[in-house]
Amino acid sequence: MTAQIIIHKAGPGLSVQDLGRVGQTHLGLSRGGAADRLALYEAAALLGHSAPIAALEMPIFGGVFEVSVPSRFALTGAPMRAQIGTRALAWNASHHLQPGDILTIGAATAGVFGYLTFAAGLEVAPRLGSRSTHLTAGLGNALQAGTRLALGTDTSRDHTDMVLRSDTRFQGGSLRYIYGPQTGLFDAQTVARFDHTTFTRAPSGNRQGVLLQSDTAPFPAQAPAGLASDFIQEGDIQMTGDGHPFVLLSECQTIGGYPRIGTVLACDIPRIAQAPVGASVQFVHVTLAEADRIAVSQKTLLQDLRRQIRPLIRDPRTIPDLLGYQLISGVSAGREPEE
Amino acid sequence: MTLEDALLPASAQAQGVQVLPFGQDGLLVRFALSAEPWASTAAQAFYDHASAAALPFLRELLPSLTSVLFRFDDTKISRADCARQISSLLSERDWQSETPRPATRVWRIPAAFGGENGPDLEAAAKLAGLRPDAAIEMICATPLRVLAIGFAPGQPYLGLLPEAWNLARRQTLNPQVPKGAIAVAVRQLVLFSNASPTGWRQIARTAFAPFRPDAEPAVPLRAGDALQLVPASGDQLRALLESGDPAGGAICESRA
Repeated sequence: MTAQIIIHKAGPGLSVQDLGRVGQTHLGLSRGGAADRLALYEAAALLGHSAPIAALEMPIFGGVFEVSVPSRFALTGAPMRAQIGTRALAWNASHHLQPGDILTIGAATAGVFGYLTFAAGLEVAPRLGSRSTHLTAGLGNALQAGTRLALGTDTSRDHTDMVLRSDTRFQGGSLRYIYGPQTGLFDAQTVARFDHTTFTRAPSGNRQGVLLQSDTAPFPAQAPAGLASDFIQEGDIQMTGDGHPFVLLSECQTIGGYPRIGTVLACDIPRIAQAPVGASVQFVHVTLAEADRIAVSQKTLLQDLRRQIRPLIRDPRTIPDLLGYQLISGVSAGREPEE
Repeated sequence: MTLEDALLPASAQAQGVQVLPFGQDGLLVRFALSAEPWASTAAQAFYDHASAAALPFLRELLPSLTSVLFRFDDTKISRADCARQISSLLSERDWQSETPRPATRVWRIPAAFGGENGPDLEAAAKLAGLRPDAAIEMICATPLRVLAIGFAPGQPYLGLLPEAWNLARRQTLNPQVPKGAIAVAVRQLVLFSNASPTGWRQIARTAFAPFRPDAEPAVPLRAGDALQLVPASGDQLRALLESGDPAGGAICESRA
């Protein structure tokens, strides 16, 4: 039997996402890929992979999934209610799914984007160098109930029942940003006010970006008439026509006309992507030198995450067939602990 | 221009070319803030010059309407050293007095103006101080160049139109223009790759697909190409759309 995932139910916007398409700006194609790339690195650490692979990105809601072969998988990103059959699963952890069992992933309890990564990988044909669905470019589509996706081969049986500490990035917070080519279009007073304002994540938002609101006056630029459209990028803080910040995410456009007050650091993108509607957000300016130091410390991200993974300690009360386990030697009674 | 200037945020009032930090691994050379013919010509000429230099530490080099973006590999060069190299390239010519180089390719693309294919034609023409038929004539007579590819995949920014077309974007977003729409603002036209909301005014529509993800090349237009719109009737456009041909009746002539 071919290895595949059967998607019985799909939340709106369920899609295949990897790290995206780097270096296609000349085609007018933004990087795209996972809105929260850190979640793909966490999955790689949990599954013992040397690099992140394509996952199912689940905005707000998950879905109902089944596999045709025994499969290791990781649950990362926005924590969601997940269970196999009736057994609740830890989030930010790796697990096993057996054929015939039903994996149900419900609503996010914090954050926005949850990720379901199968260790065997999704055998979706890459287009323009990536498996990512890029909705605004018309590359791929949101996945619907009834879809079957081919799985690759998982050569390892290790790295299940591992867990990473849960992160704090699912409730808004501070976003570090650097000045950019258009910061000078905002007067010093506006920039200072921007730095001291607490914003709220507005309902309007998607993989292209999120709108922020505040109770204070808007933050208009002193842009000349006929300001030329120019390059924009993920992390840019655009001031829309009415002077409210819109932070661009992975599937943003590549050129835009709205003035930008600065750019959120790459390592803080997951925090804004995962800020749920109503979450509070503040911007903290950092110098280029500080941004460079932070970027260097990010280079060892996967190694750092791998050092942090721990075996999942399960509450015996949640194990339905406790007597089936040989509890002393650590050798299970012929079945995987996940069973 | 000193290196210190290069790494400071831009001033809206500053004159002349600037080298500005762009995210954590980019530097933007900006010739002007607004769309002016000399700055578009300078950006294209400097892009050609920098491409020819084949700097080994670059990940991407991209032209825009009035700027050139350098994406550097920060494992190979620091931002400051990259800025020095860019400044050195800039010092090799007077970019303000560049003349446009001749295009090597010329596109002719049928476009139906006004009515359902260009609901904002009358309003845009009025803002430009023209009757609709005179507006169509002026736009189709202008030898346009592809100034940049971007916003959406394959989507060209075309320009520059005569000064009369220095129109501000609409105050309210147009919720949806169709794939192939031609919209105008700030002396430029955009030919939309996909249905999209926009603040620009839709004056015409083509059956040309600027992005063909499974074709080679995926993006037929290139920055620097010359392009002219050829007036077509609504019926002609409908027939082109129904044919399903992504070229939409466009003809590309090479001038090697």
